[in-house]
Amino acid sequence: MGKIVGLTGDETAAEAMRQINPDVLAAYPITPQTEIVQNFSQFVANGVVSTEMIRVESEHSAMSACIGAAASGARAMTATSANGLALMWEICYIAASYRLPIVMPLVNRALSGPINIHCDHSDSMGARDSGWIQLYSENCQEIYDNLIQAIRIAEDKEVLLPVMVTLDGFIISHAMERVEILEDEKVTEFIGEYKNPYSLLDVDNPVTWGPLDLYDYYFEHKRQQIEAIEKAGEVIQRVGKEFKEISGRSYELMENYRLEGADLVIVAAGSTAGTVKAVVNQLREEGVKAGLLKIRAFRPFPVREVSQALKNAKAVAILDRSVSFGAEGGPIFLEIRSALFEEAKRVPVVNYIYGLGGRDIGIDEIKAVYKNLERIAQTKKIEKLVGYLGLRE
Amino acid sequence: MRIGFKRPESMRNSPTHYCPGCGHGIVHRLICEIVDELRIREKTIGICPVGCSVIAYDYFYFDMVEVAHGRAPAVATGIKRVQTEKVVFTYQGDGDLASIGTAEIVHAASRGEPFSVIFINNATYGMTGGQMAPTTLLGQKTTTTPFGRDAKEAGYPLKVCELLSSLPGVAYLERIAVNNPVNIRKTKKAIKKSFHLQIEKNRFSLVEILSPCPTCWRLSPLESLKWLEENMIPYYSLEVVKDSVPLP
Ligand SMILES: Cc1ncc(C[n+]2csc(CCOP(=O)(O)OP(=O)(O)O)c2C)c(N)n1
Ligand code: SF4
Ligand SMILES: [Mg+2]
Repeated sequence: MGKIVGLTGDETAAEAMRQINPDVLAAYPITPQTEIVQNFSQFVANGVVSTEMIRVESEHSAMSACIGAAASGARAMTATSANGLALMWEICYIAASYRLPIVMPLVNRALSGPINIHCDHSDSMGARDSGWIQLYSENCQEIYDNLIQAIRIAEDKEVLLPVMVTLDGFIISHAMERVEILEDEKVTEFIGEYKNPYSLLDVDNPVTWGPLDLYDYYFEHKRQQIEAIEKAGEVIQRVGKEFKEISGRSYELMENYRLEGADLVIVAAGSTAGTVKAVVNQLREEGVKAGLLKIRAFRPFPVREVSQALKNAKAVAILDRSVSFGAEGGPIFLEIRSALFEEAKRVPVVNYIYGLGGRDIGIDEIKAVYKNLERIAQTKKIEKLVGYLGLRE
Repeated sequence: MRIGFKRPESMRNSPTHYCPGCGHGIVHRLICEIVDELRIREKTIGICPVGCSVIAYDYFYFDMVEVAHGRAPAVATGIKRVQTEKVVFTYQGDGDLASIGTAEIVHAASRGEPFSVIFINNATYGMTGGQMAPTTLLGQKTTTTPFGRDAKEAGYPLKVCELLSSLPGVAYLERIAVNNPVNIRKTKKAIKKSFHLQIEKNRFSLVEILSPCPTCWRLSPLESLKWLEENMIPYYSLEVVKDSVPLP
């Protein structure tokens, strides 16, 4: 048996990383990620992990050091938030295109400016086209489970891509919850040993990493990257099933929460999904056929699964905790609306932007969304395609 | 009745968020006194960093810009190139200047950009909870070096003034501390000289100020002054590291 403990999100991430015991951790502190690295520093200092810890001078260098380490055959990790991820941007693309299975907890925080330290998804959503796999976590347990699965997903030979595991800044990162921790040996066995198939200085198999690639082959290499992240969908599902065998908790690309017979559906990612579940339970008791579709994998985006889950709904609201400036709606909305385009029957979908810069979202706001969905289902009319929740206007 | 000691006009009448015994507030006041004395309140532009002084713009009563972590010297360059007649200064911590912003400070200095740099060295990343900074002393305990900084895995403390001293673009570098009244007065003199060099000689200069951070050092305000004197000053000697344009 493992153990049940009370941990904050950051402590949970550090605990998962202790069990993963990466060869290298390179990081620069940023709120609200700091406690992950601080806790991990204790593990290093106490000798309970054998990790080489690099206290670099910036996130740009953190990700660069991870690239060097991973290309040298090491299991490399880092962690960051918001501006830290923004500063890594250049290297994030490179990590994905080098096909290096780096795993990174990302503690979601609003991007500057104006400067803000609280949660929204502008950071991870901004990086959605960088080639990284993205897994969103609803609570501390999912952070733990996602991080351990992320190692397997990233290092799968069919995939070989970096994975970002997100957790909502402060809401989850600094809130204490009940977490089930597996035995160390179980995790060690589950993740197995990392063997980079093209490690540097394998004298029998000399390699060059990241050479110039112009109009002759660049396009084909990008095509391979597309194939790898598409493949990741199946691998995420397979690893989810295997994880169930050691933990009893199963994971899919998304979570269908009381979607059977649901007429009114909200789609959300991150901690808000937990609040939506509470509202769904209340409404179901009142006889309202409410449901939730929770996004776990946003990259790769599970198009078929999403349209399958939503095609029978009478009205759908997508909650986005970030903005795609100039686009008609937030990033999750754009994906879902496009996924539903192939359905014979048109499903009415609306979008709500909420929670920017840490603005709280509660039961009442979510109830109001379901109320609006009820209206749409009855009248078949959408009055406002993109709205805002909890905003002074 | 004559009032001998009052709030500088350049300092806004608002409580600061700094911890008791923190050096930031002292340096803020010195800058404001100088701005008053030089009568440049209406031509001063300050740039505040990301660090504990991230909201310094709430305390200075002149135009301020808040910039991304480490980028103050690059932003200052842009401002000073446009508003050449203004007095421009950056206010930066050791994480901001000596870690994430090392490239910016080296290249602004190397180009000899004519602004002043007020550099607060408290040997830690105060804002984020006291992690190891490049300026952290060997053996110093921080939240990322719980048993003290070890040179084998975390290198040696960075001396910014010495690092910049070889650059011809740099006119003046002085390291000083705000640990006692004498040194506080010397700090004021150094900052004033830096402003003079900018206004009169159009030159780049930097004043490094050793400053206590009782909270992250886990010491009382008094103990932290003693710690600064016994540990920081022996390594970061208080001296004029470079002075290529002595003032008359
Ligand atoms: C790109 C980026 N990375 C990390 C941070 C987080 N961060 C904010 S302040 C700070 C360190 C500040 O230390 P220092 O400059 O020494 O100032 P002090 O608080 O000690 O005065 C860090 C790492 C950030 N804001 N942006
Ligand atoms: S943490 Fe340190 S630097 Fe920051 S305000 Fe407190 S004493 Fe000053
Ligand atoms: Mg500092």
